[in-house]
Amino acid sequence: MNIHEYQAKEIFTTFGIPVPRSRVALTADQVERAAKEMGGHCVVKAQIYAGGRGKAGGVKVVHHPEQANDVAKELFGKKLVTPQTGPEGLKVRRILVEEAVEIAREFYLSITLDRQTSRYCLIASPEGGMDIEEVAHKSPEKIHVLTIDPLMGLRPYQARKIALALGLSGVVCEDCVELILNLYKCCIEKDCFLVEINPLVVTKAGWLLAMDGKVSFDDNAVYRHREYPDMVDYSQLDPLEINAGKYDLAYIKLNGSIGCMVNGAGLAMATLDVLKEFGGEPANFLDVGGGATREKVAEAFKIILEDSDVKAVFVNIFGGIMRCDVIAQGIIEAASEVQCHLPIVVRMDGSNVEEGKRLLMESGLNVQVGDNLGDGAKRIVKMLGQGGN
Amino acid sequence: MSILIDKNSRIVVQGITGRSGLFHTQQCRAYGTNIVAGVTPGKGGIHIDGIPVFNTVEEAVRYTNANVSMIFVPPPAAADAILEACAAELDLAVCITEGIPVRDMVLARAIQEKSKTLLVGPNCPGVITPGQCKLGIMPGYIHKPGKIGVVSRSGTLTYEAVKQLTDVGLGQSTCVGIGGDPIIGMKFIDVLEQFNNDPQTEAVFMIGEIGGGAEEEAAYWIKENMKKPVAAFIAGVTAPPGKRMGHAGAIITGGKGKAEDKIRTLNECGVVVAESPTRMGHAMKEALQAADKPAPKTGAKKAKK
Repeated sequence: MNIHEYQAKEIFTTFGIPVPRSRVALTADQVERAAKEMGGHCVVKAQIYAGGRGKAGGVKVVHHPEQANDVAKELFGKKLVTPQTGPEGLKVRRILVEEAVEIAREFYLSITLDRQTSRYCLIASPEGGMDIEEVAHKSPEKIHVLTIDPLMGLRPYQARKIALALGLSGVVCEDCVELILNLYKCCIEKDCFLVEINPLVVTKAGWLLAMDGKVSFDDNAVYRHREYPDMVDYSQLDPLEINAGKYDLAYIKLNGSIGCMVNGAGLAMATLDVLKEFGGEPANFLDVGGGATREKVAEAFKIILEDSDVKAVFVNIFGGIMRCDVIAQGIIEAASEVQCHLPIVVRMDGSNVEEGKRLLMESGLNVQVGDNLGDGAKRIVKMLGQGGN
Repeated sequence: MSILIDKNSRIVVQGITGRSGLFHTQQCRAYGTNIVAGVTPGKGGIHIDGIPVFNTVEEAVRYTNANVSMIFVPPPAAADAILEACAAELDLAVCITEGIPVRDMVLARAIQEKSKTLLVGPNCPGVITPGQCKLGIMPGYIHKPGKIGVVSRSGTLTYEAVKQLTDVGLGQSTCVGIGGDPIIGMKFIDVLEQFNNDPQTEAVFMIGEIGGGAEEEAAYWIKENMKKPVAAFIAGVTAPPGKRMGHAGAIITGGKGKAEDKIRTLNECGVVVAESPTRMGHAMKEALQAADKPAPKTGAKKAKK
């Protein structure tokens, strides 16, 4: 679960991590007023759920409030396209107005989960404000990684080693030690996958400041944080994906015409692979969960059909313990309810598979049953070809 | 022989009185699994389907000699359940629970690593030694006793692979679903190592997915250590890029994670990779045939001369 930069910075503040003075604005007038408060010279930052905003024109330095107003008018409602947004881009609905700071040095700092060691790890680099992947690629010696032992936690001497490696000394070094410890505390207490400050700066006046902030929460831990659901900015998410999320379905919109419903993420990916192999173009990735229930199957069906690009539906359920006749009933109910006349191919495996097939064939829907994964994929591509798309 | 579990395994089910805990306990029992105890705090003393329920794992072990746990405890208490299994010094804990917070698992894993208890999962379909012991939520009927070890990060895709193996006449020694969570117990290499040492297992099928670097790690390990043929499938060749966790996550894995990279690495390390998910069974056959040919390989073949 992602949040905006301004929300990340609000959280940082509660953990004693210093951030520049700023205000969030929803209109150009608010941006102007905030700019006035900052003294006119400030930074106007579009808030979207993606990085790479600077190069896309989403971050601008302005010198007086009227200019801030002009920039805001241009940004609000605009779709920013960055390497992380996809070609569609993300619409700007909120703007952060931040005091301009005279920067002496920039660093990179983050704590994230390392699957390989099953630990959180701290990553720091003296090359701040840049794409950290690029730094890792071009000059790996400038990346410092510290694996954190969860039983011991992060200790001041370890944080000091990092701060020294960044080339800091004196008071600002000790400030950095405290900041690193607070960032770890934030990561743990807030159940984060990632907390990132890029750049962390030392100002010309000698203060440490988190100039940008990125926080990503662990979805599995949302139940421990009642405030998280309210922090989501739904305007930044695909409406179909939001809807799918309500029913605990993993849905990602793709560009093709074959709607897909599969149980299990791995099998869902493999299903997309097979469709492409036979010349089909999937319209979506949809995982109804390993133990696909009748209700979920029905909801998934509706979500797939809300996408007007969908011209045919491929259902691939390896039910296992789930009974195929129950799944078949779910499909029939959902398809009848939304009056689906599109061609459907169902491939099912599990107990009572024959009964499931019979129910589907006698349902009156435009449905075929595939014997196996390959056969099902072949059929749906063929049906789509004949369906006069 | 097999790995991890067999007909002699004595199973305690943690979370036995929950809805899915009970349902799958019954399913596993119907398959022939020797379930000797259940644990649900506060319900100790009752019997459920004739299985004695205890308040703690320690008690269950004391009274029933259970040595393996299957965990169906809900996410908020699941990491604690894993630690309880470790404290009772079980041989193995298989955690099916999906949705455990990462912070809990980081801590549980750090403690479990130092214990004598092996962990499979969480968020996995479980482990099955066909014909002997089913420990998890996989459908038993697709499996057949045999000589192929199966290890997978995926759930239902594993069922697909196993069914294809069975359909081409290849039975399985043991199938291990290691789970798809960021923090898991046994990884590909841990399971491969066990298969390597298991006399019944003659070859291994491995199922991976895009993301992370676990498949590459496994590939290099196979090249260095594996004495048996390995075939694999990687799901997500056509998956569009995007939806990634953020920059930092990608750095640690060295910017890897793409299916093509994984497939290339596996091929370079001598693993036969199924080019399509419809050909997983065939890929395994190919790998076996390639190993059978008197190729200029070292080891057993040379000894014949």
